[in-house]
Amino acid sequence: MADDDTAYHDYGGRADGPIDRTEHEPSFWEQRVDAILELLGDPRRRLMRLDEFRWMNETMGADDYERLSYYERWVHSVTRLMIHKGVITRDELDARMDEIRHRPETSP
Amino acid sequence: MIAALHEDQLVRVERGVEYGHVRTPGYLRGRHGRILEVVGGFPDPNVLARGGLGLPYRMLYRVAFCARDVWPEYAGSAADEIVADLYEHHLQAREDNDG
Amino acid sequence: MADHPDTHHHDHASPAEHGAPDAEIALMETALRELLIEKGIFSATDLQRAIETMEARGPTRGAEIVARAWIDPPFRDALFHHANSAVAQFGVNMGLAELVALENTADCHNLVVCTLCSCYPRALLGIPPSWYKTRAYRARAVREPRAVLAEFGFVLSADMRIRVHDSTADLRFIVVPQRPAGTEGWSEQQLTRLVTRDSLIGVATALDPAEVA
Repeated sequence: MADDDTAYHDYGGRADGPIDRTEHEPSFWEQRVDAILELLGDPRRRLMRLDEFRWMNETMGADDYERLSYYERWVHSVTRLMIHKGVITRDELDARMDEIRHRPETSP
Repeated sequence: MIAALHEDQLVRVERGVEYGHVRTPGYLRGRHGRILEVVGGFPDPNVLARGGLGLPYRMLYRVAFCARDVWPEYAGSAADEIVADLYEHHLQAREDNDG
Repeated sequence: MADHPDTHHHDHASPAEHGAPDAEIALMETALRELLIEKGIFSATDLQRAIETMEARGPTRGAEIVARAWIDPPFRDALFHHANSAVAQFGVNMGLAELVALENTADCHNLVVCTLCSCYPRALLGIPPSWYKTRAYRARAVREPRAVLAEFGFVLSADMRIRVHDSTADLRFIVVPQRPAGTEGWSEQQLTRLVTRDSLIGVATALDPAEVA
């Protein structure tokens, strides 16, 4: 099977091992990520097609795909897509992340 | 649009596909199957993935594969199947005696 | 009223909590969300409403639809031929996805997977279970479905065949399990309780009447 840079997501038949059947209620953080994606993709906004988003997952690189959890991948991909589409810029994102990093803790 | 393939048609999945956002899984490439259902025309996912409108539309089919044909070591029943939803441009008609 | 999603609230999730994200990703998410709200892409209220809408989805409606199909032959027919419009009667809007209902029979059992990502009939069933998204499930469901079912405690007899459906395109699948024996005369509401989320995906059958109080 081709092992090119964008096939790492193509899992059919390619792994073994037990299935972790632990039930996880989605955390608030995960639900919010899900909601952001739904809003971006809804007919009113049309800022994201499902296949555009999937392509971002498929081009983030095998290392990140394996390292990040499911919803972490989603954040990574949707952010890359919004930059790609010019909704936000890389500079804006970096500046805001830096600002947040240096914010005083606000919650108890 | 006109479907080039019909229900019960024997097909082979292309081994080589175009680069990009392709929804034909690796484990089915080159495999022999049969058309279960003609679904209809859908936008090309690889074109949608780049922000395009998805033209040309592609005919989508439900294709059934014998599990034993897909996995040499398959241990289940000879009647067990995998069904995948595949686009016409990744399928080729074949005859029963095609290798 | 909870004070989320206040744009300047920094989230604290303990590392032990599933879903507590990678620190860099958490920063990225906060930054993205704030920027999108500031740019008017959506409001904090839109976001809260979207979360609430998603929370309202879940396997219950799927169970109700199956129970209806068990007792109402014209609805069953509609479900197997025009699932999108059949489920619309239950308030489900499938959007751009086309729903296909898969009939479990005496000789054929159906199982659903998405090997390429995690496609799932979300508009109907809500968020998929964590295991559905795992590499192990996505890899093994197409390759050794009977072993996967056994891992879920369901041994498929040798005289039955299995069909594994890989959701590779815009079709979304819901399995309609067989109606359990011993449920003659049961109401739709009683029958709904026998239809589990796992049976709608295909890793289980519907519950036996003896299994519900």
